Amino acid sequence: MLPRLLPALDGMARRSAAVAGRNVAALRTAYWLVLLGGLLEPVFYLFSIGVGVGALVGEIPLPGGRLVGYAEFVAPAMLASSAMSGALTETTFNFFGKMKFMRLYEGMLATPVRPIEIALGELSWAMLRGSLYSAAFLVIMVAMDLTTPLRALAAFPASVLVGFAFGALGMTVSTLIRGWQDFDMISAGMFVLFLFSGTFIPATAYPDVLRWIVEVTPLYRSVDLIRGISLGSLGFVQLLDVLYLLAMLVGGLFVAGRRMERLLCR
Amino acid sequence: MNSLIHARGLVKRFGDFTAVDGIDVDVRAGEAFGFLGPNGAGKSSTMRMIGCVSPPSGGELRILGMDPRRDGPAIRARLGVCPQLDNLDPELTVLENLVTYARFFGIPRRAARERAAELLDFVQLGERAGSKVDPLSGGMKRRLTIARAMINQPDLVLLDEPTTGLDPQARHLVWERLFRLKQQGVTLVLTTHYMDEAEQLCDRLVVMDGGRIVAEGSPRELIEAHSTREVVELRFPTDDQGTYAGKLEGIGERVEVLPDRVLLYVGDGDGALTEVHRRSLSPSSSLVRRSSLEDVFLRLTGRTLVD
Ligand SMILES: Nc1ncnc2c1ncn2[C@@H]1O[C@H](COP(=O)(O)OP(=O)(O)OP(=O)(O)O)[C@@H](O)[C@H]1O
Ligand SMILES: [Mg+2]
Repeated sequence: MLPRLLPALDGMARRSAAVAGRNVAALRTAYWLVLLGGLLEPVFYLFSIGVGVGALVGEIPLPGGRLVGYAEFVAPAMLASSAMSGALTETTFNFFGKMKFMRLYEGMLATPVRPIEIALGELSWAMLRGSLYSAAFLVIMVAMDLTTPLRALAAFPASVLVGFAFGALGMTVSTLIRGWQDFDMISAGMFVLFLFSGTFIPATAYPDVLRWIVEVTPLYRSVDLIRGISLGSLGFVQLLDVLYLLAMLVGGLFVAGRRMERLLCR
Repeated sequence: MNSLIHARGLVKRFGDFTAVDGIDVDVRAGEAFGFLGPNGAGKSSTMRMIGCVSPPSGGELRILGMDPRRDGPAIRARLGVCPQLDNLDPELTVLENLVTYARFFGIPRRAARERAAELLDFVQLGERAGSKVDPLSGGMKRRLTIARAMINQPDLVLLDEPTTGLDPQARHLVWERLFRLKQQGVTLVLTTHYMDEAEQLCDRLVVMDGGRIVAEGSPRELIEAHSTREVVELRFPTDDQGTYAGKLEGIGERVEVLPDRVLLYVGDGDGALTEVHRRSLSPSSSLVRRSSLEDVFLRLTGRTLVD
Protein backbone atom coordinates (compact mmCIF):
# COMPACT_ATOMS: atom_id res chain seq x y z
CA MET A 1 0.00 0.00 0.00
CA LEU A 2 2.59 2.52 1.14
CA PRO A 3 5.03 2.04 -1.78
CA ARG A 4 2.15 2.87 -4.12
CA LEU A 5 0.67 5.66 -2.06
CA LEU A 6 3.89 7.62 -1.65
CA PRO A 7 4.62 8.22 -5.36
CA ALA A 8 0.95 9.08 -5.83
CA LEU A 9 1.13 11.70 -3.10
CA ASP A 10 4.42 12.96 -4.45
CA GLY A 11 2.91 13.39 -7.91
CA MET A 12 -0.08 15.15 -6.40
CA ALA A 13 2.16 17.53 -4.47
CA ARG A 14 4.26 18.30 -7.54
CA ARG A 15 1.27 18.99 -9.73
CA SER A 16 -0.35 21.16 -7.06
CA ALA A 17 2.93 23.05 -6.79
CA ALA A 18 2.93 23.56 -10.56
CA VAL A 19 -0.56 25.06 -10.30
CA ALA A 20 0.63 27.41 -7.57
CA GLY A 21 3.73 28.14 -9.66
CA ARG A 22 1.53 29.45 -12.42
CA ASN A 23 0.45 32.24 -10.09
CA VAL A 24 4.02 33.12 -9.27
CA ALA A 25 4.70 33.48 -13.01
CA ALA A 26 1.63 35.71 -13.31
CA LEU A 27 2.80 38.07 -10.53
CA ARG A 28 3.00 41.61 -11.81
CA THR A 29 3.80 44.93 -10.22
CA ALA A 30 0.12 45.81 -9.83
CA TYR A 31 -0.28 42.83 -7.59
CA TRP A 32 2.04 44.30 -5.00
CA LEU A 33 -0.41 47.14 -4.51
CA VAL A 34 -3.20 44.67 -3.84
CA LEU A 35 -0.87 42.91 -1.43
CA LEU A 36 -0.10 46.10 0.41
CA GLY A 37 -3.81 46.96 0.68
CA GLY A 38 -4.57 43.61 2.28
CA LEU A 39 -1.75 44.16 4.72
CA LEU A 40 -2.85 47.62 5.79
CA GLU A 41 -6.53 46.92 6.32
CA PRO A 42 -6.26 45.05 9.65
CA VAL A 43 -3.63 47.51 10.83
CA PHE A 44 -6.05 50.40 10.24
CA TYR A 45 -8.79 48.59 12.15
CA LEU A 46 -6.39 47.86 14.96
CA PHE A 47 -5.42 51.50 15.31
CA SER A 48 -8.84 53.07 14.82
CA ILE A 49 -10.86 50.65 16.91
CA GLY A 50 -8.40 48.76 19.06
CA VAL A 51 -6.42 51.80 20.10
CA GLY A 52 -8.91 54.60 19.40
CA VAL A 53 -12.14 53.10 20.71
CA GLY A 54 -10.09 51.12 23.22
CA ALA A 55 -9.16 54.35 24.96
CA LEU A 56 -12.87 54.85 25.74
CA VAL A 57 -13.64 51.23 26.56
CA GLY A 58 -10.76 50.56 28.87
CA GLU A 59 -10.34 46.95 29.97
CA ILE A 60 -12.46 44.02 29.04
CA PRO A 61 -13.04 40.76 30.96
CA LEU A 62 -12.17 37.36 29.44
CA PRO A 63 -14.51 34.40 30.13
CA GLY A 64 -12.14 33.34 32.94
CA GLY A 65 -12.55 36.73 34.55
CA ARG A 66 -9.13 38.05 33.66
CA LEU A 67 -9.05 41.67 32.50
CA VAL A 68 -7.16 42.62 29.33
CA GLY A 69 -6.64 45.88 27.44
CA TYR A 70 -9.08 46.45 24.58
CA ALA A 71 -6.38 46.54 21.90
CA GLU A 72 -5.05 43.23 23.20
CA PHE A 73 -8.56 41.85 22.93
CA VAL A 74 -9.23 43.12 19.43
CA ALA A 75 -5.85 42.45 17.78
CA PRO A 76 -6.12 38.64 17.54
CA ALA A 77 -9.61 39.05 16.09
CA MET A 78 -8.24 41.39 13.42
CA LEU A 79 -5.64 38.77 12.62
CA ALA A 80 -8.26 36.05 12.25
CA SER A 81 -10.55 38.27 10.13
CA SER A 82 -7.78 39.32 7.84
CA ALA A 83 -6.75 35.67 7.39
CA MET A 84 -10.37 34.99 6.52
CA SER A 85 -10.89 37.84 4.10
CA GLY A 86 -7.52 37.32 2.39
CA ALA A 87 -8.29 33.66 1.82
CA LEU A 88 -11.86 34.28 0.71
CA THR A 89 -10.92 37.02 -1.74
CA GLU A 90 -8.30 34.87 -3.39
CA THR A 91 -10.47 31.79 -3.56
CA THR A 92 -13.73 33.41 -4.62
CA PHE A 93 -13.05 36.42 -6.87
CA ASN A 94 -9.81 35.16 -8.34
CA PHE A 95 -10.67 31.49 -8.50
CA PHE A 96 -14.07 32.13 -10.03
CA GLY A 97 -12.60 34.48 -12.64
CA LYS A 98 -10.00 31.94 -13.64
CA MET A 99 -12.54 29.18 -13.89
CA LYS A 100 -15.28 31.04 -15.75
CA PHE A 101 -13.63 33.82 -17.69
CA MET A 102 -10.05 32.90 -18.38
CA ARG A 103 -11.00 29.25 -18.84
CA LEU A 104 -7.63 28.59 -17.35
CA TYR A 105 -8.51 25.35 -15.67
CA GLU A 106 -9.76 23.79 -18.89
CA GLY A 107 -6.23 24.02 -20.20
CA MET A 108 -4.79 22.59 -17.00
CA LEU A 109 -7.21 19.69 -16.98
CA ALA A 110 -5.99 18.54 -20.39
CA THR A 111 -2.69 17.72 -18.66
CA PRO A 112 -2.17 15.12 -15.89
CA VAL A 113 -3.36 17.72 -13.37
CA ARG A 114 -6.58 16.69 -11.61
CA PRO A 115 -9.32 18.99 -10.25
CA ILE A 116 -8.38 18.33 -6.63
CA GLU A 117 -4.79 19.27 -7.46
CA ILE A 118 -5.93 22.55 -8.95
CA ALA A 119 -7.91 23.22 -5.79
CA LEU A 120 -4.94 22.34 -3.60
CA GLY A 121 -2.52 24.39 -5.69
CA GLU A 122 -4.73 27.47 -5.73
CA LEU A 123 -5.36 27.14 -2.03
CA SER A 124 -1.66 26.88 -1.24
CA TRP A 125 -1.05 29.99 -3.27
CA ALA A 126 -3.79 31.89 -1.48
CA MET A 127 -2.24 30.79 1.78
CA LEU A 128 1.18 31.98 0.84
CA ARG A 129 -0.22 35.46 0.53
CA GLY A 130 -2.36 35.11 3.65
CA SER A 131 0.60 33.87 5.67
CA LEU A 132 2.58 36.89 4.66
CA TYR A 133 -0.17 39.15 6.03
CA SER A 134 -0.42 37.19 9.22
CA ALA A 135 3.31 37.24 9.86
CA ALA A 136 3.48 40.98 9.32
CA PHE A 137 0.51 41.61 11.58
CA LEU A 138 1.99 39.43 14.33
CA VAL A 139 5.19 41.43 14.17
CA ILE A 140 3.15 44.58 14.70
CA MET A 141 1.32 42.99 17.62
CA VAL A 142 4.59 42.10 19.30
CA ALA A 143 5.98 45.57 18.62
CA MET A 144 2.91 47.13 20.28
CA ASP A 145 3.26 44.75 23.18
CA LEU A 146 -0.13 43.16 22.53
CA THR A 147 1.35 39.68 22.81
CA THR A 148 4.69 38.03 23.52
CA PRO A 149 7.08 36.86 20.76
CA LEU A 150 6.64 33.22 21.78
CA ARG A 151 2.86 33.45 21.63
CA ALA A 152 3.08 35.21 18.29
CA LEU A 153 5.18 32.33 17.00
CA ALA A 154 2.49 29.90 18.12
CA ALA A 155 -0.31 32.05 16.71
CA PHE A 156 1.28 32.02 13.26
CA PRO A 157 0.47 28.40 12.32
CA ALA A 158 -2.98 28.91 13.81
CA SER A 159 -3.64 31.86 11.53
CA VAL A 160 -2.37 29.83 8.56
CA LEU A 161 -4.84 27.12 9.47
CA VAL A 162 -7.61 29.71 9.63
CA GLY A 163 -6.64 30.87 6.14
CA PHE A 164 -6.57 27.33 4.76
CA ALA A 165 -9.96 26.53 6.21
CA PHE A 166 -11.61 29.67 4.82
CA GLY A 167 -9.82 29.20 1.50
CA ALA A 168 -11.26 25.72 1.13
CA LEU A 169 -14.69 27.08 2.02
CA GLY A 170 -14.28 29.89 -0.53
CA MET A 171 -13.44 27.42 -3.26
CA THR A 172 -16.52 25.39 -2.58
CA VAL A 173 -18.57 28.57 -2.62
CA SER A 174 -17.14 29.71 -5.94
CA THR A 175 -18.06 26.40 -7.58
CA LEU A 176 -21.63 27.09 -6.49
CA ILE A 177 -22.12 30.72 -7.47
CA ARG A 178 -23.67 31.68 -10.77
CA GLY A 179 -22.22 35.08 -11.52
CA TRP A 180 -20.68 38.27 -10.24
CA GLN A 181 -23.96 39.36 -8.64
CA ASP A 182 -23.46 36.65 -6.00
CA PHE A 183 -20.25 38.27 -4.86
CA ASP A 184 -22.22 41.01 -3.12
CA MET A 185 -23.68 38.28 -0.96
CA ILE A 186 -20.25 36.90 -0.16
CA SER A 187 -18.99 40.35 0.79
CA ALA A 188 -22.04 40.95 2.93
CA GLY A 189 -21.64 37.58 4.59
CA MET A 190 -18.01 38.30 5.31
CA PHE A 191 -18.87 41.65 6.85
CA VAL A 192 -21.52 40.16 9.10
CA LEU A 193 -19.05 37.55 10.30
CA PHE A 194 -16.50 40.28 10.82
CA LEU A 195 -18.86 42.27 13.05
CA PHE A 196 -20.42 39.48 15.07
CA SER A 197 -17.77 36.87 15.73
CA GLY A 198 -16.70 38.03 19.14
CA THR A 199 -14.43 40.39 17.29
CA PHE A 200 -15.20 43.65 19.06
CA ILE A 201 -17.08 42.43 22.12
CA PRO A 202 -17.06 39.05 23.86
CA ALA A 203 -19.79 36.71 22.64
CA THR A 204 -20.94 36.40 26.24
CA ALA A 205 -22.38 39.90 25.86
CA TYR A 206 -25.01 38.61 23.41
CA PRO A 207 -28.40 37.12 24.38
CA ASP A 208 -28.17 33.33 24.68
CA VAL A 209 -29.72 32.32 21.33
CA LEU A 210 -27.59 34.75 19.37
CA ARG A 211 -24.55 33.66 21.30
CA TRP A 212 -25.09 30.05 20.33
CA ILE A 213 -25.40 30.98 16.68
CA VAL A 214 -22.29 33.12 16.86
CA GLU A 215 -20.30 30.39 18.53
CA VAL A 216 -20.78 27.86 15.73
CA THR A 217 -19.64 30.24 12.98
CA PRO A 218 -16.17 29.61 11.58
CA LEU A 219 -14.80 33.08 12.25
CA TYR A 220 -15.80 32.87 15.90
CA ARG A 221 -13.89 29.58 16.20
CA SER A 222 -10.90 31.19 14.52
CA VAL A 223 -10.95 34.26 16.76
CA ASP A 224 -11.32 32.02 19.77
CA LEU A 225 -8.28 29.97 18.75
CA ILE A 226 -5.99 32.87 17.98
CA ARG A 227 -7.11 34.93 20.93
CA GLY A 228 -6.53 31.96 23.19
CA ILE A 229 -2.97 31.72 21.95
CA SER A 230 -2.10 35.40 21.86
CA LEU A 231 -3.48 36.05 25.34
CA GLY A 232 -2.08 32.81 26.71
CA SER A 233 -5.47 31.56 27.88
CA LEU A 234 -5.48 28.16 26.16
CA GLY A 235 -7.96 25.49 27.07
CA PHE A 236 -9.70 22.37 25.82
CA VAL A 237 -11.99 24.47 23.65
CA GLN A 238 -9.04 25.56 21.48
CA LEU A 239 -8.49 21.92 20.53
CA LEU A 240 -12.08 21.91 19.40
CA ASP A 241 -11.38 25.04 17.32
CA VAL A 242 -8.48 23.30 15.60
CA LEU A 243 -10.59 20.24 14.79
CA TYR A 244 -13.38 22.45 13.52
CA LEU A 245 -11.02 24.27 11.17
CA LEU A 246 -9.33 21.06 10.00
CA ALA A 247 -12.72 19.55 9.17
CA MET A 248 -13.61 22.70 7.25
CA LEU A 249 -10.36 22.46 5.29
CA VAL A 250 -10.66 18.81 4.34
CA GLY A 251 -14.38 18.98 3.65
CA GLY A 252 -14.05 22.16 1.60
CA LEU A 253 -11.24 20.82 -0.53
CA PHE A 254 -13.02 17.57 -1.16
CA VAL A 255 -16.30 19.21 -2.17
CA ALA A 256 -14.51 21.83 -4.30
CA GLY A 257 -12.58 19.14 -6.18
CA ARG A 258 -15.77 17.19 -6.80
CA ARG A 259 -17.72 20.24 -7.92
CA MET A 260 -14.95 21.35 -10.26
CA GLU A 261 -14.91 17.95 -11.85
CA ARG A 262 -18.66 18.16 -12.39
CA LEU A 263 -18.43 21.67 -13.81
CA LEU A 264 -15.40 21.27 -16.03
CA CYS A 265 -15.31 17.58 -17.00
CA ARG A 266 -18.72 17.22 -18.57
CA MET B 1 -3.46 -4.09 -29.99
CA ASN B 2 -2.00 -1.47 -32.25
CA SER B 3 -4.68 1.20 -32.03
CA LEU B 4 -3.88 4.37 -30.14
CA ILE B 5 -7.60 5.05 -30.01
CA HIS B 6 -10.07 2.23 -29.86
CA ALA B 7 -13.77 3.01 -29.53
CA ARG B 8 -16.77 0.72 -29.83
CA GLY B 9 -20.32 1.96 -29.51
CA LEU B 10 -19.04 5.14 -27.86
CA VAL B 11 -21.86 7.35 -26.56
CA LYS B 12 -22.00 10.83 -25.05
CA ARG B 13 -25.22 12.15 -23.58
CA PHE B 14 -25.96 15.54 -22.11
CA GLY B 15 -29.16 15.00 -20.15
CA ASP B 16 -31.68 13.61 -22.60
CA PHE B 17 -29.69 14.76 -25.58
CA THR B 18 -27.37 12.31 -27.31
CA ALA B 19 -24.42 14.17 -28.81
CA VAL B 20 -22.42 11.08 -29.81
CA ASP B 21 -24.55 8.14 -30.72
CA GLY B 22 -22.54 4.93 -30.71
CA ILE B 23 -19.45 5.39 -32.86
CA ASP B 24 -16.67 2.91 -33.67
CA VAL B 25 -13.22 4.35 -34.26
CA ASP B 26 -9.69 2.96 -34.53
CA VAL B 27 -6.67 5.21 -34.95
CA ARG B 28 -3.29 3.62 -35.62
CA ALA B 29 0.11 4.96 -34.70
CA GLY B 30 1.56 7.39 -37.20
CA GLU B 31 -1.60 8.18 -39.09
CA ALA B 32 -3.44 11.44 -39.46
CA PHE B 33 -7.07 10.77 -38.71
CA GLY B 34 -9.94 13.18 -39.22
CA PHE B 35 -13.48 13.72 -38.02
CA LEU B 36 -15.30 15.65 -40.71
CA GLY B 37 -18.75 16.98 -39.95
CA PRO B 38 -21.00 20.04 -39.74
CA ASN B 39 -21.76 22.11 -36.62
CA GLY B 40 -23.21 20.00 -33.85
CA ALA B 41 -22.12 16.68 -35.38
CA GLY B 42 -20.52 15.64 -32.11
CA LYS B 43 -16.88 16.14 -33.10
CA SER B 44 -15.82 18.13 -30.04
CA SER B 45 -17.76 15.87 -27.71
CA THR B 46 -15.84 12.93 -29.17
CA MET B 47 -12.51 14.73 -28.90
CA ARG B 48 -13.14 15.62 -25.27
CA MET B 49 -13.85 11.99 -24.45
CA ILE B 50 -10.64 10.97 -26.22
CA GLY B 51 -8.80 13.70 -24.33
CA CYS B 52 -10.06 12.18 -21.04
CA VAL B 53 -11.73 15.38 -19.86
CA SER B 54 -15.26 14.18 -20.46
CA PRO B 55 -16.41 10.78 -19.23
CA PRO B 56 -18.15 8.62 -21.86
CA SER B 57 -21.83 7.92 -21.20
CA GLY B 58 -21.62 4.48 -22.74
CA GLY B 59 -19.64 2.09 -24.90
CA GLU B 60 -16.02 1.10 -24.86
CA LEU B 61 -13.08 3.47 -25.12
CA ARG B 62 -9.38 2.78 -24.83
CA ILE B 63 -6.70 5.40 -25.39
CA LEU B 64 -3.06 4.27 -25.74
CA GLY B 65 -4.24 0.90 -24.47
CA MET B 66 -5.58 2.39 -21.22
CA ASP B 67 -8.99 3.09 -19.75
CA PRO B 68 -9.82 6.84 -19.58
CA ARG B 69 -12.07 6.33 -16.59
CA ARG B 70 -9.26 4.86 -14.52
CA ASP B 71 -6.02 6.09 -16.05
CA GLY B 72 -6.99 9.63 -17.06
CA PRO B 73 -3.84 11.38 -15.74
CA ALA B 74 -1.50 8.71 -17.20
CA ILE B 75 -3.17 9.01 -20.61
CA ARG B 76 -3.23 12.80 -20.58
CA ALA B 77 0.48 12.79 -19.78
CA ARG B 78 1.02 11.42 -23.29
CA LEU B 79 -1.55 13.51 -25.18
CA GLY B 80 -1.24 16.92 -26.77
CA VAL B 81 -4.51 18.83 -26.93
CA CYS B 82 -5.46 21.82 -29.02
CA PRO B 83 -9.05 22.63 -28.04
CA GLN B 84 -11.60 24.25 -30.33
CA LEU B 85 -11.44 27.53 -28.40
CA ASP B 86 -7.99 28.71 -27.38
CA ASN B 87 -7.58 28.71 -23.62
CA LEU B 88 -4.17 30.30 -23.38
CA ASP B 89 -3.28 32.09 -20.17
CA PRO B 90 -3.90 35.83 -20.72
CA GLU B 91 -1.84 36.83 -17.69
CA LEU B 92 1.32 35.19 -18.97
CA THR B 93 3.64 35.89 -21.87
CA VAL B 94 3.93 33.64 -24.89
CA LEU B 95 7.02 31.91 -23.51
CA GLU B 96 5.61 31.65 -19.98
CA ASN B 97 2.52 30.00 -21.38
CA LEU B 98 4.63 27.14 -22.64
CA VAL B 99 6.95 26.88 -19.66
CA THR B 100 4.11 26.91 -17.12
CA TYR B 101 2.24 24.32 -19.12
CA ALA B 102 5.31 22.09 -19.21
CA ARG B 103 5.38 22.17 -15.41
CA PHE B 104 1.92 20.57 -15.33
CA PHE B 105 3.53 17.55 -17.01
CA GLY B 106 6.31 17.51 -14.46
CA ILE B 107 8.94 18.65 -16.97
CA PRO B 108 11.86 20.29 -15.13
CA ARG B 109 12.08 24.04 -15.55
CA ARG B 110 15.33 24.10 -17.48
CA ALA B 111 14.19 21.43 -19.95
CA ALA B 112 10.89 23.25 -20.25
CA ARG B 113 12.61 26.49 -21.23
CA GLU B 114 14.68 24.78 -23.90
CA ARG B 115 11.74 22.93 -25.34
CA ALA B 116 9.55 26.04 -25.25
CA ALA B 117 12.12 28.02 -27.19
CA GLU B 118 12.41 25.28 -29.81
CA LEU B 119 8.66 25.05 -30.18
CA LEU B 120 8.27 28.80 -30.52
CA ASP B 121 10.71 28.71 -33.38
CA PHE B 122 8.85 25.78 -34.87
CA VAL B 123 5.57 27.71 -34.94
CA GLN B 124 7.40 30.89 -35.96
CA LEU B 125 6.63 32.84 -32.83
CA GLY B 126 10.20 33.11 -31.56
CA GLU B 127 10.11 36.89 -31.94
CA ARG B 128 6.98 37.20 -29.82
CA ALA B 129 8.26 35.17 -26.87
CA GLY B 130 8.02 38.09 -24.45
CA SER B 131 4.67 39.41 -25.64
CA LYS B 132 1.39 38.89 -23.82
CA VAL B 133 -1.14 36.61 -25.46
CA ASP B 134 -3.98 39.07 -26.06
CA PRO B 135 -2.32 41.20 -28.75
CA LEU B 136 -1.55 38.12 -30.87
CA SER B 137 -3.60 37.53 -34.01
CA GLY B 138 -5.98 34.58 -34.22
CA GLY B 139 -3.51 32.62 -36.30
CA MET B 140 -0.68 33.28 -33.88
CA LYS B 141 -2.78 32.17 -30.92
CA ARG B 142 -3.65 29.02 -32.77
CA ARG B 143 -0.02 28.29 -33.50
CA LEU B 144 0.86 28.95 -29.87
CA THR B 145 -1.85 26.53 -28.76
CA ILE B 146 -0.42 23.94 -31.14
CA ALA B 147 3.07 24.55 -29.74
CA ARG B 148 1.65 24.17 -26.24
CA ALA B 149 0.11 20.84 -27.25
CA MET B 150 3.57 19.62 -28.29
CA ILE B 151 5.35 20.58 -25.06
CA ASN B 152 5.28 17.05 -23.59
CA GLN B 153 6.36 15.35 -26.85
CA PRO B 154 3.00 13.61 -27.05
CA ASP B 155 2.34 10.26 -28.69
CA LEU B 156 -1.02 11.48 -29.86
CA VAL B 157 -2.08 15.03 -30.74
CA LEU B 158 -5.74 16.06 -30.72
CA LEU B 159 -6.62 19.13 -32.76
CA ASP B 160 -10.20 20.40 -32.59
CA GLU B 161 -10.79 22.59 -35.64
CA PRO B 162 -7.21 23.82 -35.85
CA THR B 163 -7.89 26.44 -38.52
CA THR B 164 -11.49 27.56 -38.06
CA GLY B 165 -11.75 31.32 -38.14
CA LEU B 166 -8.32 31.90 -39.67
CA ASP B 167 -7.69 33.72 -42.92
CA PRO B 168 -6.37 31.63 -45.83
CA GLN B 169 -2.75 32.62 -45.30
CA ALA B 170 -2.82 31.78 -41.61
CA ARG B 171 -4.53 28.48 -42.39
CA HIS B 172 -1.84 27.48 -44.82
CA LEU B 173 0.84 28.20 -42.28
CA VAL B 174 -0.91 26.00 -39.71
CA TRP B 175 -1.40 23.24 -42.28
CA GLU B 176 2.22 23.35 -43.20
CA ARG B 177 3.31 23.02 -39.56
CA LEU B 178 0.87 20.16 -38.98
CA PHE B 179 2.13 18.46 -42.11
CA ARG B 180 5.64 18.59 -40.70
CA LEU B 181 4.51 17.03 -37.45
CA LYS B 182 2.91 14.29 -39.47
CA GLN B 183 6.16 13.72 -41.33
CA GLN B 184 7.95 13.43 -38.00
CA GLY B 185 5.68 10.49 -37.27
CA VAL B 186 3.36 12.20 -34.78
CA THR B 187 -0.11 10.70 -34.74
CA LEU B 188 -2.65 13.43 -35.42
CA VAL B 189 -6.37 13.36 -34.80
CA LEU B 190 -8.24 16.40 -36.00
CA THR B 191 -11.76 17.61 -36.50
CA THR B 192 -12.79 20.00 -39.19
CA HIS B 193 -15.67 21.16 -41.26
CA TYR B 194 -13.43 22.12 -44.13
CA MET B 195 -13.16 19.42 -46.72
CA ASP B 196 -9.95 20.87 -48.12
CA GLU B 197 -8.38 20.61 -44.68
CA ALA B 198 -9.45 16.99 -44.42
CA GLU B 199 -8.13 16.26 -47.91
CA GLN B 200 -4.83 17.98 -47.24
CA LEU B 201 -4.03 16.47 -43.88
CA CYS B 202 -5.90 13.24 -43.30
CA ASP B 203 -4.81 9.77 -44.31
CA ARG B 204 -8.12 8.46 -43.16
CA LEU B 205 -11.28 10.06 -41.93
CA VAL B 206 -14.80 9.49 -40.78
CA VAL B 207 -17.72 11.63 -41.81
CA MET B 208 -19.93 12.46 -38.81
CA ASP B 209 -23.45 13.73 -38.81
CA GLY B 210 -25.91 13.92 -35.94
CA GLY B 211 -23.62 12.02 -33.58
CA ARG B 212 -23.13 9.08 -35.94
CA ILE B 213 -20.46 8.03 -38.38
CA VAL B 214 -21.93 7.92 -41.87
CA ALA B 215 -18.81 6.93 -43.84
CA GLU B 216 -15.20 6.03 -43.34
CA GLY B 217 -12.10 5.77 -45.52
CA SER B 218 -9.28 7.74 -47.09
CA PRO B 219 -10.37 10.93 -48.87
CA ARG B 220 -9.78 9.15 -52.19
CA GLU B 221 -11.76 6.07 -51.20
CA LEU B 222 -14.65 8.15 -49.95
CA ILE B 223 -14.82 10.15 -53.14
CA GLU B 224 -14.64 7.05 -55.29
CA ALA B 225 -17.28 5.26 -53.26
CA HIS B 226 -19.76 8.11 -52.89
CA SER B 227 -19.31 10.47 -55.80
CA THR B 228 -18.51 10.61 -59.49
CA ARG B 229 -15.17 11.62 -60.96
CA GLU B 230 -16.23 15.12 -61.96
CA VAL B 231 -18.84 17.68 -61.08
CA VAL B 232 -20.37 20.38 -63.26
CA GLU B 233 -21.58 23.41 -61.32
CA LEU B 234 -24.22 25.45 -63.10
CA ARG B 235 -25.86 28.72 -62.09
CA PHE B 236 -29.04 29.73 -63.83
CA PRO B 237 -30.40 33.28 -63.95
CA THR B 238 -33.44 32.50 -61.81
CA ASP B 239 -34.49 32.54 -58.19
CA ASP B 240 -35.42 28.87 -58.21
CA GLN B 241 -32.62 26.74 -59.53
CA GLY B 242 -34.91 23.71 -59.03
CA THR B 243 -36.93 24.46 -62.15
CA TYR B 244 -33.94 23.29 -64.19
CA ALA B 245 -33.54 19.96 -62.46
CA GLY B 246 -35.94 18.18 -64.77
CA LYS B 247 -34.38 19.59 -67.90
CA LEU B 248 -30.96 18.29 -66.82
CA GLU B 249 -32.25 14.78 -66.17
CA GLY B 250 -30.15 11.99 -67.66
CA ILE B 251 -27.01 14.01 -68.38
CA GLY B 252 -25.04 12.54 -65.45
CA GLU B 253 -25.54 10.07 -62.68
CA ARG B 254 -27.19 12.55 -60.37
CA VAL B 255 -28.49 16.11 -60.19
CA GLU B 256 -28.24 18.03 -56.91
CA VAL B 257 -30.08 21.34 -56.50
CA LEU B 258 -28.62 23.88 -54.07
CA PRO B 259 -30.14 27.29 -53.29
CA ASP B 260 -27.69 29.10 -55.54
CA ARG B 261 -26.58 26.44 -58.05
CA VAL B 262 -27.16 23.04 -59.58
CA LEU B 263 -24.58 20.27 -59.39
CA LEU B 264 -24.31 17.59 -62.07
CA TYR B 265 -22.44 14.45 -61.02
CA VAL B 266 -20.79 13.02 -64.11
CA GLY B 267 -17.80 11.01 -65.30
CA ASP B 268 -16.83 13.47 -67.99
CA GLY B 269 -17.45 17.13 -67.16
CA ASP B 270 -16.72 18.70 -70.52
CA GLY B 271 -18.92 16.16 -72.32
CA ALA B 272 -21.75 16.92 -69.90
CA LEU B 273 -21.38 20.66 -70.41
CA THR B 274 -21.63 20.21 -74.16
CA GLU B 275 -24.85 18.27 -73.60
CA VAL B 276 -26.23 21.09 -71.41
CA HIS B 277 -25.67 23.60 -74.19
CA ARG B 278 -27.08 21.15 -76.81
CA ARG B 279 -30.33 21.14 -74.80
CA SER B 280 -30.20 24.95 -75.23
CA LEU B 281 -30.11 25.57 -71.48
CA SER B 282 -28.02 28.64 -70.91
CA PRO B 283 -26.52 28.88 -67.42
CA SER B 284 -25.09 32.27 -66.46
CA SER B 285 -21.99 30.51 -65.26
CA SER B 286 -20.58 27.02 -65.39
CA LEU B 287 -17.60 25.25 -63.87
CA VAL B 288 -16.17 21.75 -64.26
CA ARG B 289 -14.25 20.41 -61.25
CA ARG B 290 -13.19 17.18 -59.60
CA SER B 291 -15.35 15.64 -56.92
CA SER B 292 -14.39 16.54 -53.39
CA LEU B 293 -15.34 15.48 -49.89
CA GLU B 294 -17.94 18.23 -49.94
CA ASP B 295 -19.78 16.20 -52.57
CA VAL B 296 -19.41 13.06 -50.50
CA PHE B 297 -20.93 14.86 -47.58
CA LEU B 298 -23.77 16.24 -49.64
CA ARG B 299 -24.49 12.79 -50.95
CA LEU B 300 -24.44 11.15 -47.55
CA THR B 301 -26.42 13.70 -45.58
CA GLY B 302 -28.24 15.80 -48.12
CA ARG B 303 -26.65 18.90 -46.61
CA THR B 304 -23.63 21.05 -47.28
CA LEU B 305 -20.79 21.09 -44.77
CA VAL B 306 -20.35 24.80 -44.30
CA ASP B 307 -23.60 26.70 -44.14
N1 LIG C 1 -21.78 20.57 -22.25
C1 LIG C 1 -22.84 20.38 -23.04
N2 LIG C 1 -24.08 20.38 -22.54
C2 LIG C 1 -25.16 20.19 -23.33
N3 LIG C 1 -25.10 19.98 -24.66
C3 LIG C 1 -23.89 19.97 -25.22
C4 LIG C 1 -22.68 20.16 -24.45
N4 LIG C 1 -21.63 20.10 -25.29
C5 LIG C 1 -22.13 19.87 -26.51
N5 LIG C 1 -23.49 19.79 -26.48
C6 LIG C 1 -24.36 19.54 -27.62
O1 LIG C 1 -23.92 18.37 -28.28
C7 LIG C 1 -24.01 18.52 -29.69
C8 LIG C 1 -22.67 18.21 -30.30
O2 LIG C 1 -21.77 19.22 -29.91
P1 LIG C 1 -20.26 19.22 -30.36
O3 LIG C 1 -19.65 20.40 -29.73
O4 LIG C 1 -19.68 17.88 -30.05
O5 LIG C 1 -20.38 19.39 -31.92
P2 LIG C 1 -19.25 19.72 -32.97
O6 LIG C 1 -19.32 18.67 -34.01
O7 LIG C 1 -17.96 19.91 -32.31
O8 LIG C 1 -19.77 21.09 -33.56
P3 LIG C 1 -18.95 22.41 -34.00
O9 LIG C 1 -18.53 22.20 -35.42
O10 LIG C 1 -19.97 23.49 -33.89
O11 LIG C 1 -17.82 22.58 -33.06
C9 LIG C 1 -24.48 19.94 -29.94
O12 LIG C 1 -25.84 19.90 -30.25
C10 LIG C 1 -24.25 20.65 -28.65
O13 LIG C 1 -25.22 21.63 -28.42
MG1 LIG D 1 -16.67 21.42 -32.06
